[in-house]
Amino acid sequence: MVQINGENIDAAGKSLKEYLEENGYIIEGIAVECNEVIIPKAKYSETVLSDGDIVEIVSFVGGGEESDSFMLGGKKFHSRFILGSGKYSMELIKAAVENAGAEIITLAVRRTNTKKNENILDYIPDNVTLLPNTSGARDAKEAVRIARMSRELGCGNFVKIEIMRDSKYLLPDNTETIKATEMLADEGFVVLPYMYPDLYAARDLASAGAAAVMPLASPIGSNKGLATKEFIQILIDEIDLPVIVDAGIGKPSQACEAMEMGAAAIMANTAIATAGDIPVMAGAFKAAIEAGRSAYLAGLGRVLERGASASDPLTGFLRD
Amino acid sequence: MAQNQFFVDSDKLSTAALKHKHLLEDNPSARTNHMEYMEGMERISSDIMDKVISAVKSYDYGKYTAADVKRALDSQTCSIEDFKALLSPAAMPFLEQMAQKAKSETSKHFGNTVYMFTPLYIANYCENYCIYCGFNCYNDINRKKLNAQEIEHEMKVIADSGIEEILLLTGESRKMSDINYIGEACKMASQYFRNVGLEIYPVNSDEYRYLHECGADYVTVFQETYDSDKYETLHLMGHKRVFPYRFEAQERAIIGGMRGVAFSALLGLADFRKDALATALHAYYLQRKYPHAEYSLSCPRLRPIINNDRINPLDVHEKELCQVICAYRIFLPYAGITVSSREQKHFRDGIVKIAATKVSAGVSTGIGDHESKYEGYIDEDAGDEQFEISDARSFDEMYSDIASEGLQPVLNDYVYV
Repeated sequence: MVQINGENIDAAGKSLKEYLEENGYIIEGIAVECNEVIIPKAKYSETVLSDGDIVEIVSFVGGGEESDSFMLGGKKFHSRFILGSGKYSMELIKAAVENAGAEIITLAVRRTNTKKNENILDYIPDNVTLLPNTSGARDAKEAVRIARMSRELGCGNFVKIEIMRDSKYLLPDNTETIKATEMLADEGFVVLPYMYPDLYAARDLASAGAAAVMPLASPIGSNKGLATKEFIQILIDEIDLPVIVDAGIGKPSQACEAMEMGAAAIMANTAIATAGDIPVMAGAFKAAIEAGRSAYLAGLGRVLERGASASDPLTGFLRD
Repeated sequence: MAQNQFFVDSDKLSTAALKHKHLLEDNPSARTNHMEYMEGMERISSDIMDKVISAVKSYDYGKYTAADVKRALDSQTCSIEDFKALLSPAAMPFLEQMAQKAKSETSKHFGNTVYMFTPLYIANYCENYCIYCGFNCYNDINRKKLNAQEIEHEMKVIADSGIEEILLLTGESRKMSDINYIGEACKMASQYFRNVGLEIYPVNSDEYRYLHECGADYVTVFQETYDSDKYETLHLMGHKRVFPYRFEAQERAIIGGMRGVAFSALLGLADFRKDALATALHAYYLQRKYPHAEYSLSCPRLRPIINNDRINPLDVHEKELCQVICAYRIFLPYAGITVSSREQKHFRDGIVKIAATKVSAGVSTGIGDHESKYEGYIDEDAGDEQFEISDARSFDEMYSDIASEGLQPVLNDYVYV
């Protein structure tokens, strides 16, 4: 195991150059420190990572500030919009990805289990990270089987766990999801569990090895927005993992609001799939998510609860 | 009310057979008790049939008004009362609004996807006398049961056309098409197709479990009509005559481990509004009891059969059928809805834009004639069809027609676990 930016990553034996390229770093824009020594760019290919190395990768943007990015499974992402690929025609996926500026796209493993001319994988641009989901799984065991299938189908080692035991609302089963997270993290998957925003479940997911938690905003497909807002805020405040708000986000303004709260990213599908113009809506979400993120980083101003604060302080009578 | 004339005598029947046939037709007391389980039929503990039947009995669709329909269309969630209003005659003037609402529900749950499948009949032997069905044991048709090689050949032909989901059907004869025979067909089907469904005679839960292990994961059973008194006059002989055993088939299939079940009344046999209510409630109550399973509804109308081309769906015209389908969608937004080739092209093209999520393509309801049908020649050796289809589009035609409407044809969205 090599510790890269604080995470233990199975990268021993790889050259630094290989690791950086595999993970999408742009060599020109970064500096790398290995065991407290800065490695010159010319030596990236001959520097081989070994067990116990501690590596820090710093990116520079513009005036030397670190760019705003987040890590999932040792991979760095700049886009905070995770795009769904279901419920709309596959020919539109490319345009949606481009307009969304998305670096991650989810897809149902069961949709990849098909013949070549129908294979959703053929429609997804190569530079995008696949986040296959386990939809169709009714318990942890089935989720594990579908995840393994997904790895075999060439979808990589990211997996979004979706376990539903209700065909009507498709609400996630947290208990089974925790079990599956543990099993899949042990097998080296980068596990992103779709969950009901429950603090204890989120903590258990974190200790089971999840790379992020994906709480739902509303029932999936409902476009009803941040119905679970207060509970998602608790997860953001208490869980040391990226909190990716998933399911139920129906409008760009709702995505923006979740980002203002401090969510790491937004996952949306139905809101885009049911829009009049899919690529344009993907672009609208991108803009809203970026605005929300900027607002979060800028620090929101205070909100006056009852119109105005009292001009005469209640404690004005105090002497001494 | 108009009635279908179902009785047809074949001159090939022996005098004794004809005599028995007429006895069953003319004399109700000569028939068995249709509410009594036959030997070997599993009894499960379930109150769902009672709930459905009592709801249907008390359903007076004449009492609903335009105001009830408007309230149903405006409400966020569709209650059983709302659903009853949407199925009532008072909802007919609101058909366009119902379609708009149905479309929006469909797109929330299914986006623009339309699933495609084809049925494969492997045998048409039948032990029942269901007076409206082309396969009934007194109907003079060419009978056939495909052997393993013939089944494999049919599957190859169908798989080569591009189809990935298959629905295996048999006539309802346990003797001619036993569980092992069907199980072997399922095993073979899972080699050629990604998704295997069954539409066979109802069986016990351990038999469903066996068929699931052979690769099948979906079970369709049509109740035909939920009016048990009417049912008795349509299914005069055979195990299919047993109303409750058939009613509980989906529940036994779920107990046996099947992922999904499908329901249907054959519209035109009885009061279609009551039958539509019963079909949806059947799925609704089972969903509450078994929330993990997947549910879907079919909406077939009566079709002409060999030796009786006058059979028709009576008062269930396209408008009424559309009303039923829209009401199904609004009441059960998560359920799949299948519209088969019993309906014509213009109807199927229209209804997939509103509410249907699955259509058949490249269909034959005959036995062993896919190659001849796909290649356009006559196969003298084929078994006769169950009913006449109305939409003979091939897989390719159907696929491109769906895609050209801006919808997304999906061949398969399933993994067997």
